[in-house]
Amino acid sequence: MTSPPLLDLIGLSKSFAGVRALDDVGFAIAKGEVVCLAGENGSGKSTLIKIVAGAQPADAGSIAIDGQVQRRWSPMDAVRAGIQVIFQDFALFPNLSVAENIALNQELSAGHRFINWKAVRAVARRGLERVGVDIPLDQTAETLPVADKQLVAIARALLSDARLIIMDEPTTALTEREVRHLLDIIRRLRDDGVSVLFVSHKLNEVFDVCDKIVVLRNGRRVAAGTAAEFDISSLTRHMTGRDIAAESHRRAAGADARELLRVEGLTKHGAFADIAFSLKAGEVLGITGLLGSGRTQLAKALFGLTPVDGGCIAVDGRPAAIASPQDAIAHGIGYVPEDRLTEGLFLSQPIAANIVVGTVDRHTGGGGLLDRHGLKAEARRWIDKLKVLTPSPDLPVQSLSGGNQQRVVLARWLATNPKILILNGPTVGVDVGSKAEIHAIVAGLADAGIGIIVISDDIPEILGACARILVMRAGRITDEVSGEVSADDLALRLAS
Amino acid sequence: MPELADPQTRPEPHGGPHGEPPALRRLLGLVGGASPLTRLAVITAIIFLVMSLLRPDPFFTAGNFSSMAFQIPEFALLSLAIMVAMLTGGIDLSIVGVANLSSILAVLVMRHLAPEVGGEAGTLGVIALGILVALLCGSLCGLLNGLCVSYINIPPILATLGTGLIFTGIATVLTGGAAMMGFPAEYSVIGNGTLLYVPVPMWIFVALAAVVAVILSRTAFGLKVYMMGTNPLASRFAGISNAGINIRIYMICGFLAAVAGLIIASRANSAKADYGEAYLLLSVLVAVLGGTNPYGGVGRVGGIVLAVLSMQFLSSGFNMMQVSNFAKEFIWGALLLVVMVVNLLQFRSAPAAPGLPRPQGQPAPSLDKT
Amino acid sequence: MPSWATRNEVIVALVIVALCVVTALINPSFLSLATLFDMLRNGILIGLLAIGVMLVLISGGIDVSFTAIAAFSMYAATMLLVDLGIGDSLLLAFLISAGIGLSLGMINALFIAGFGLPTLIVTLGTLSAFRGFLLAFVGSDLISNVPPAMRDFSRSMLVRGTDAAGYFYSLPTAVLFLIAAVVITWFILYRTMLGRSIFAVGGSREAAARIGFNVRATQVFVYGYVGVLAGTAGLIHASLARVANPSDIVGLELEVIAAVVLGGARLTGGYGTITGTLLGVTLIVLVNNTLVTLGIPTTWQKVMIGFLILLGTGLPAFQARLRANRMG
Repeated sequence: MTSPPLLDLIGLSKSFAGVRALDDVGFAIAKGEVVCLAGENGSGKSTLIKIVAGAQPADAGSIAIDGQVQRRWSPMDAVRAGIQVIFQDFALFPNLSVAENIALNQELSAGHRFINWKAVRAVARRGLERVGVDIPLDQTAETLPVADKQLVAIARALLSDARLIIMDEPTTALTEREVRHLLDIIRRLRDDGVSVLFVSHKLNEVFDVCDKIVVLRNGRRVAAGTAAEFDISSLTRHMTGRDIAAESHRRAAGADARELLRVEGLTKHGAFADIAFSLKAGEVLGITGLLGSGRTQLAKALFGLTPVDGGCIAVDGRPAAIASPQDAIAHGIGYVPEDRLTEGLFLSQPIAANIVVGTVDRHTGGGGLLDRHGLKAEARRWIDKLKVLTPSPDLPVQSLSGGNQQRVVLARWLATNPKILILNGPTVGVDVGSKAEIHAIVAGLADAGIGIIVISDDIPEILGACARILVMRAGRITDEVSGEVSADDLALRLAS
Repeated sequence: MPELADPQTRPEPHGGPHGEPPALRRLLGLVGGASPLTRLAVITAIIFLVMSLLRPDPFFTAGNFSSMAFQIPEFALLSLAIMVAMLTGGIDLSIVGVANLSSILAVLVMRHLAPEVGGEAGTLGVIALGILVALLCGSLCGLLNGLCVSYINIPPILATLGTGLIFTGIATVLTGGAAMMGFPAEYSVIGNGTLLYVPVPMWIFVALAAVVAVILSRTAFGLKVYMMGTNPLASRFAGISNAGINIRIYMICGFLAAVAGLIIASRANSAKADYGEAYLLLSVLVAVLGGTNPYGGVGRVGGIVLAVLSMQFLSSGFNMMQVSNFAKEFIWGALLLVVMVVNLLQFRSAPAAPGLPRPQGQPAPSLDKT
Repeated sequence: MPSWATRNEVIVALVIVALCVVTALINPSFLSLATLFDMLRNGILIGLLAIGVMLVLISGGIDVSFTAIAAFSMYAATMLLVDLGIGDSLLLAFLISAGIGLSLGMINALFIAGFGLPTLIVTLGTLSAFRGFLLAFVGSDLISNVPPAMRDFSRSMLVRGTDAAGYFYSLPTAVLFLIAAVVITWFILYRTMLGRSIFAVGGSREAAARIGFNVRATQVFVYGYVGVLAGTAGLIHASLARVANPSDIVGLELEVIAAVVLGGARLTGGYGTITGTLLGVTLIVLVNNTLVTLGIPTTWQKVMIGFLILLGTGLPAFQARLRANRMG
């Protein structure tokens, strides 16, 4: 290559509170090149994006644009260099029209004091044309489907003379068709000479669109090369680390195990339809599917968080009416949610309170007062049992690392002595070491006779943990496989 | 009415020889490092000392202590109600309306029935019935608030603003806007009597504060209140019935407000639709001063007690320095702002300290979250 | 599907029409120029204050101190005009009052934009502080000999006359201020970047900051603008009443907020229209004025307004809840 790369990252390192989030990571992106930054959650992808966007300074290393090493690197510098980041939340204004969401940026940077609505609409139309889509300009952003919101964000980024668009997990909330459409758009951008840094942990997407792949694991660049140099299994190996992926904790149901849960014809319009399966004691059942496949909504419905439109659930052979989480808990069902920070934890409250909050009613003694010693003892017991690393149970739970936080959520549910435990993304945002331990804990629970449903799109995880796997697509169970399939095979079934 | 109860009365001559002490603010800063409750205790003690030294004669006297003990309970109960609502991340702007409506119902019951029954026992029975009606009314008003907030999903500010207008409106309709007299003479004990040298209303407050403290810190319900206030989404996912918690909390608010209303009415020997309007702001101030986080999840009864004491010391002290009620209103408003800023600066300097309020929804940056 | 805000406006408009029809059926003389002008006169103060509150709600905050600002500016300005003997210039009167309002608004802005404190608590505090300061240190007696400029202004009418039924009607010039405020605010909101920044900040503070809006500057403008509107409204109020009463105006805040919320502005920020706000103000003024005609004692006013608030906020909130349930 004769001309210098558009963006060259050299030896970037970054630590938070003594933990290395990025360790000497470097790679380059040329004009019109689509690079995929692959890695599991917690591998350092987000940190890298933030540094490139100028939102966070690196501790060491440098950033070069067109071969020039940059001294200052603020968000405005990044924008001036033609770098636009589309974050996962798109940063749209829910109350403003599509036209304004696309064009406001332009009007602002042009220094206009007054709004010319004709110009705003013209700019917005131009932006949407570049993306190649047609979205009503006057529609309010909050009423748009997720995919359209993303397209609006892309249109906005393109208008700012973007030379490099960074997309952070752009496919997370999209259906398969929308993903294909997005990939088409990325290809068209490439043909226009726009570079794209595509951040993802989904294997199939990575191959579809990328010229080059960079794999991060635990903050380090563990592999880099053209897409042709990888296949799914080598990429999986790089992302997860061989040793971890090899370990298997599969638990199948014993032949005479009793049936804990039977679901028939469960339907929620617009989310999932006609879901039927059963779960036996001691079994770890996997449910996998891309985002938008209805997997999370199914889990929420089983736990009574969203009302269903039809179908029935039987627990222990008896029909169970589950209309609220309280009903679900009464039937012995526990749910470890997907988003630990917002759905799982009371961050500023003590660890002990986070553990006992689910069982606090059982520790009510004479006169309705709490048995505080009993509660403390219970919290201690679970902290020991699940090896939560903390100097004191009285510290706020936000002082813990991701893996330990997840153990706290698990402990809360184990304390309720559940028959059925639904784990949604049990190791999202958990470091590799903790991951293996959490898998071992789950396997131990199954051995103790709990029926476990693991919901995840992390293929190695689901293969390692589950003997039986249900594949969901577009709200339906389309496949049932035993754990004896290969990762490549399962990935194909998910996406095809 | 006591001077605290009604700052909207005619202005008193103001501009006494001693202005507001700017030293106070410096002292506020000096004790910045301690835990919020300790800090508040120190501030309260300092105010007490300063007032005792500046005006030893009228301030540090049995007469003044007794008068303060009579003035404290009503706004302390209302502050307790605001604190409890704030624990859930909400607020109850209807408390004054609830207080007046409840006491008006009580007086209506008492004055209709009292002449019809004879004898001391009969009168006491009527009083008890009136009180019961008021407490029931308070709880039902709270139930309505709770339903609006948790089932219809109206933001607490607007819901309680709306219901507050309705309660006050109904109170106005019932009384025609005039002060309603007609309490049996024995009823005066509630607001003006003493028991073992301590005013009856103070006993009532102490008892209710203790009950609320026990509910909040020693029951499963209390733990759930704090959890829900910290993160309502997580509490829903943990199987807590947020609606049930909210409804019970607003019912407690209504109950406390009704008790406050009964005390106010007894002290004024009448019930009126607009008694104690200035208490609303004062209660919010006391709640925030007492370390309650308006975003929910943080607040203690002990904090409210200390904040109430410091407010009362300030107020009585200022009275003795001939500071007008309006000047006090100004000082309270200013104090609220200063306390908020001081708290803010402290959170900024020590964000990770346990037990400190922190707005939820913005979790601390986590390494693992990619 | 029409947007939520539109429907709120439609509901309020329908209620207004229904109320007018019923009142007119009971008392045909209701449909007269005199009634219309009366209501316009009564709507000036609430209307001006409501426009300010609407701006605050759009920006994602809430303000309860604006009544204290209005009372403070009105009284302090009148006092200055009288004491300094400069009461002949109406322009000067308005400049002083609006200027005081602006300064007080800046105090709100300092705590809200500067320190980032919650808007409700801050403005509750300043409500008390402004009012207390006014009554304790500025003055607490009525000023009934208002300056000549204000007295002349109160006599200045756009239209006056007697209708066929013999009712006297008049429309004060002061209504031009309400019209001007509407036009200027409309222009700011829909024709300037500043106005769009208010919507943007209210819609998503973080996104606004990310694309380069100065969030703090926007907040400073909003609370300053409210101060100016309140100062103006206060002076008009004192002029029309021909007396500056420092205990006036405070106490209206909930009514004004009710009007704005009825008009479809959302407490969560980002939504609010001038049409909706004016409709809300109309409804509140109408309720205050027609109850007597309808044979309902005025004591029911508060109940009606409280009920309207619950209805106006409860309906959309309940719809949103159902929608969220459907989506899962």
